[in-house]
Amino acid sequence: MSIERGLEGVGTWLDDRFHGAKGLRTFFRKIFPDHWTFLLGEIALYSFVILLLTGTFLTFFFQPSMTSVTYHGSYVPLHGVRMSEAYASTLNISFDVRGGLLMRQIHHWAADLFMAAIFAHMLRIFFTGAYRKPREVNWLIGIVLLTLGLLEGLFGYSLPDDLLSGAGLRILEGVLQSIPVVGTYLAYFLFGGPFPGHDIVPRLYILHVLLIPGLILALVTAHLFIMFHQKHTQMPGPGRTDRNVVGAPMYPYFMAKTGAFFFFIFGFLALASTFAQINPIWLYGPYTPTAMSAGSQPDFYMGMLEGALRVMVPWEWNVAGHTFSFNVFLPALVPLGAIFTAAAFWPFIEQWITGDRREHHVNDRPRNAPTRTALGIAVVTFYGILWAEGANDILADHFAVPLYLTTRIAQVTMFVGPVVAYILTKRICLGLQRKDAHLLEHGVETGIIRQLPNGEYIEETRPVSEEKRAALVFRSKPPGLPSSGEEDENGVPAPEMRGALGKVRARLYNIVTESVELEPSHGNGHGDGHGNGHGADHAPAAVTSGEPTGTGSGTGEGDQHGS
Amino acid sequence: MTEINGPEGPEQPAGNTPDEAAVGPRRVVGTPPPAQARALLVRPEDEEKAPDRELPSEPDDLVLAKKAEKLVASLFILAMLAGFGFIAAYIGLEVHSLDAVLRSNLALGLSMAVAFLALGAGAVIWVRHLMPEVELTEARKPLRSSPEDKAAFKETFTEGADASQFVKRPILRRTLIAATVPVAVAPIVLLRDMGPLPGTSLRHTAWRKGTRLVQAVTGVPVLATDFVTPGGILTVVPEGTLSDDEELAKSTVLLIKLRPEQLEKPTVMNWTVNGTVAYSKICTHLGCPAALYEQTTHHILCPCHQSTFDAARGAAVIFGPAARPLPQLPITTDSEGYLVAQSDFHEPVGPSFWERG
Amino acid sequence: MRWITARRRHPAAGYAVVLLMLVALGGGYAFLTGSGAAAAPVSGPSSATIAKGADLFARNCATCHGLDAQGTSVAPSLIGVGAAAVDFQVSTGRMPAKQNDAENARKPLAPDFAGEDGPANIRAVADYIQSLAGGPPIPTPAQVSTEGADVGRGQELFIENCAACHNFVGAGGALTYGKYAPALNQSTPAEIYEAMLTGPEAMPNFSDSTLTPQSKRDIIAYVTQKSSENNPGGFSLGRIGPVTEGLVAFLGILFAVILSAMWIVAKQHGKTTR
Repeated sequence: MSIERGLEGVGTWLDDRFHGAKGLRTFFRKIFPDHWTFLLGEIALYSFVILLLTGTFLTFFFQPSMTSVTYHGSYVPLHGVRMSEAYASTLNISFDVRGGLLMRQIHHWAADLFMAAIFAHMLRIFFTGAYRKPREVNWLIGIVLLTLGLLEGLFGYSLPDDLLSGAGLRILEGVLQSIPVVGTYLAYFLFGGPFPGHDIVPRLYILHVLLIPGLILALVTAHLFIMFHQKHTQMPGPGRTDRNVVGAPMYPYFMAKTGAFFFFIFGFLALASTFAQINPIWLYGPYTPTAMSAGSQPDFYMGMLEGALRVMVPWEWNVAGHTFSFNVFLPALVPLGAIFTAAAFWPFIEQWITGDRREHHVNDRPRNAPTRTALGIAVVTFYGILWAEGANDILADHFAVPLYLTTRIAQVTMFVGPVVAYILTKRICLGLQRKDAHLLEHGVETGIIRQLPNGEYIEETRPVSEEKRAALVFRSKPPGLPSSGEEDENGVPAPEMRGALGKVRARLYNIVTESVELEPSHGNGHGDGHGNGHGADHAPAAVTSGEPTGTGSGTGEGDQHGS
Repeated sequence: MTEINGPEGPEQPAGNTPDEAAVGPRRVVGTPPPAQARALLVRPEDEEKAPDRELPSEPDDLVLAKKAEKLVASLFILAMLAGFGFIAAYIGLEVHSLDAVLRSNLALGLSMAVAFLALGAGAVIWVRHLMPEVELTEARKPLRSSPEDKAAFKETFTEGADASQFVKRPILRRTLIAATVPVAVAPIVLLRDMGPLPGTSLRHTAWRKGTRLVQAVTGVPVLATDFVTPGGILTVVPEGTLSDDEELAKSTVLLIKLRPEQLEKPTVMNWTVNGTVAYSKICTHLGCPAALYEQTTHHILCPCHQSTFDAARGAAVIFGPAARPLPQLPITTDSEGYLVAQSDFHEPVGPSFWERG
Repeated sequence: MRWITARRRHPAAGYAVVLLMLVALGGGYAFLTGSGAAAAPVSGPSSATIAKGADLFARNCATCHGLDAQGTSVAPSLIGVGAAAVDFQVSTGRMPAKQNDAENARKPLAPDFAGEDGPANIRAVADYIQSLAGGPPIPTPAQVSTEGADVGRGQELFIENCAACHNFVGAGGALTYGKYAPALNQSTPAEIYEAMLTGPEAMPNFSDSTLTPQSKRDIIAYVTQKSSENNPGGFSLGRIGPVTEGLVAFLGILFAVILSAMWIVAKQHGKTTR
């Protein structure tokens, strides 16, 4: 009882000053829908927290200085070797600070997990359409966070000034240098002179520990606040609509679950840092601009850029005393830049094509948006091929594929792959939709075979459970667009559908909304006695593209629904 | 606030029969608790009464909950022990050698992992088996503001704008904007001293006429008669630059020994010494040291992006993204037989840049 | 025939065919390549060793390298390569090569060079080749001893001269057209010395006059030390850098965390359907 009294005392004291009772109650009662894919963003969030904690520890011991020293610390194999203070202090953390190696490894694994979780989270948001109104701004913030994360990781692993990350900085300098007009200036300003100089590590350090984490922290706060204010989306299910949120309250349920998840993430990171060695800079050796290792790659989230650089053809123009290094700045800027730009514009492009300006709070199942899903998989395929090319020498060595052949394969598949992926994915989505329609129509097979009196064998089916049915039935069908050539009663065509752009819009609308429609409310629990004799009577649920009245053109007969 | 109904009409929790109520039906926040819902007649006045509890106080399966409680408690105790283990490992285990660090990392990491995972697992079992399962519904308010709120805002905004004179006095407005422009630009200007202007520094290296080629790392100069076996390779740098990283990043050179008859155009024969040819090691793609050399094919391969250069033919590009061959360093021997440069490279080394020409 | 075709759809038919082909291939191969010869007598004075070496050479090497080691279209001349080259190639099992691959990998020794008499036989062939036109001799144990070697200097030299092909710790790497630089963890000090000296296959050579014997010993010390060095941070993941680290991050950590997420939000028992 005294705990209650104590809490009451503290609560009153705070409330007297901050007026919190009503707000805190609303906060405690906030409903959080449950699905494991909703926890992907939390993985990124908690990885970031762990990065801050372990990173702070590391800042107490790291020396961001490129002054040359001769090493005589605990790692004997490098005695007498000339290296920067940054590298020496990293050796010191690893071998002379208790828990130092563990903190370094947790920090690096957490960075990898942070980026991996952002990718997974971003893909979940995309494939479920959670970026739609009212969440477009949050989507844009997410893309900025992804970019900041990429930079933060790149700068972070370059701080120890080892052979591998130093090579990465050299490549960065070469890319900067290649930029037309301002390239050499940018390179000299960033590095404080010719490469490598003495300034890059201290400069990256302050970007890595102060500026970028500050930006990330601010944007993550905004990201979370927006999500809180707009309430989280929910998966389709019984009772779930665009006007409510169904789940468990924040207090105590969500607090407990999210706390547990934080410990799981920290625990698995600790486990990885115990049993999987990461970034063993003492094996790479200190950076020297005269040497290089085979199999040099950046961390995985930079891998796509690396692959883009490797796959490029040697295209350069020398015109009037100036050089256009297409072979450098095209792969550095175009593939990833195109993906990020397309991603940023996509919610608005989709809105324009579908004319759908409603609020959406229930997620789409990916199969119910076949074109969006297919496009997403095509982009993932493109990204993945370039990502694999970034490791092409490792792949060539380990899978005994001739080195040049890996690049040739990538050069072809980076264009062919996405097209094939688009077609395949779209067909798979439509097929899955047909399967769903079939399930709703005919129910779930129970595996129980019965023999009818007339000798026929049938398999009993039972209707789909309520919960599953709600998930199968839910569609966020876009409102129709006025038809391109249609004119109203005064002979005026719809303004937004006029001209070439209007025709393009209409055609895109048909492609984007192509979907398998459900038979109108047939599958209502007509379970047993259904049998296989059905097949000929039903046309398969028709594929339509969203004509405004689209309820599908399936045949209405075959109504042998028993009971 | 009034409950906003979905397009299908008021919320009807499906299948809210008396049986289903017993196992935890979906309830809208504010509806009466199960006990009253079991009544045969739902009296209107019941629905207006304030709800007794939103959340049940006990889970449904109390036997399972008891077992779960024991399990959760033991997991938490395990976490506590592991936590103490972490502290003990920190105090007790030294580092300063590879073996010691291995032990320390193993002990610290494992104890930390066990502590956190046990905490997490305990918390999850607690939520799943000790907390009653609920599914509540909260209505979403429409995100857009009401017309009255919007109108009120518009009024406040326009009144304020009027009162500020900002709109009515264009001179004030324009001069204010003009005043802020240099302030906005100034931070960019302040960055000017971050680095020197490149000038011509990218066009020259430390190689001069007579500069001796010395081996990287050891600094030993190279006698032409010492470097005679075809298929040999050495990394060399200008004498005196062994600890000048900025110079090394430009001047490092690959010294390759071929049989004289293997060298062809466009290799400049005057710049070679009896089959020994010198190329810049700095890849012309992005500046990585193009350090890989295959004796049998006389190809120089850069490990970064696989640009490949043919050492017998003036380091011409035969594969990969590099657009230009590696610059050839003119070499000869001095009076004592050491390999020396005849001059600097005849073109800028390393990655391309705008002013390169 | 009818007996076979009548059973062509037997469930075991496919397996029987595979087994038959394997036996045919294996048996045919063994028959064609023949077995090893009887052990040669223990080496005596030098000329006898050279004669024995010539004999072994004729049996194991001449088919590809020519009766006088002058080379043929499928193998280079061995005139002047020296005993060191022979010792390296044969004691690692690379030679005699069984097929004309892009890369000749380390493999079990041929029968003539395995077993008790193996080292002596290898020595004999090496002496024979050395007798033809000289070349780098087999290094003495003192020459390859890493006692007093400077591992730190070895690190710098290795990174400068070797890492571009063999990777920063000697874990190996890809070359062009199917060739590769092998991993060095199985290499003995003598093998490493000989490889540097003679430049086997695509590897360039590093003569003692440029990369001095002391430098070579430093490099050997670095390689052997790295091969035996533990991994304080856990399993090494291959020591090839961020590629395997990325795989572990996705397939290990993210996967495990997602599994725990699924557990956290899973519904309790028996409450799945409504």
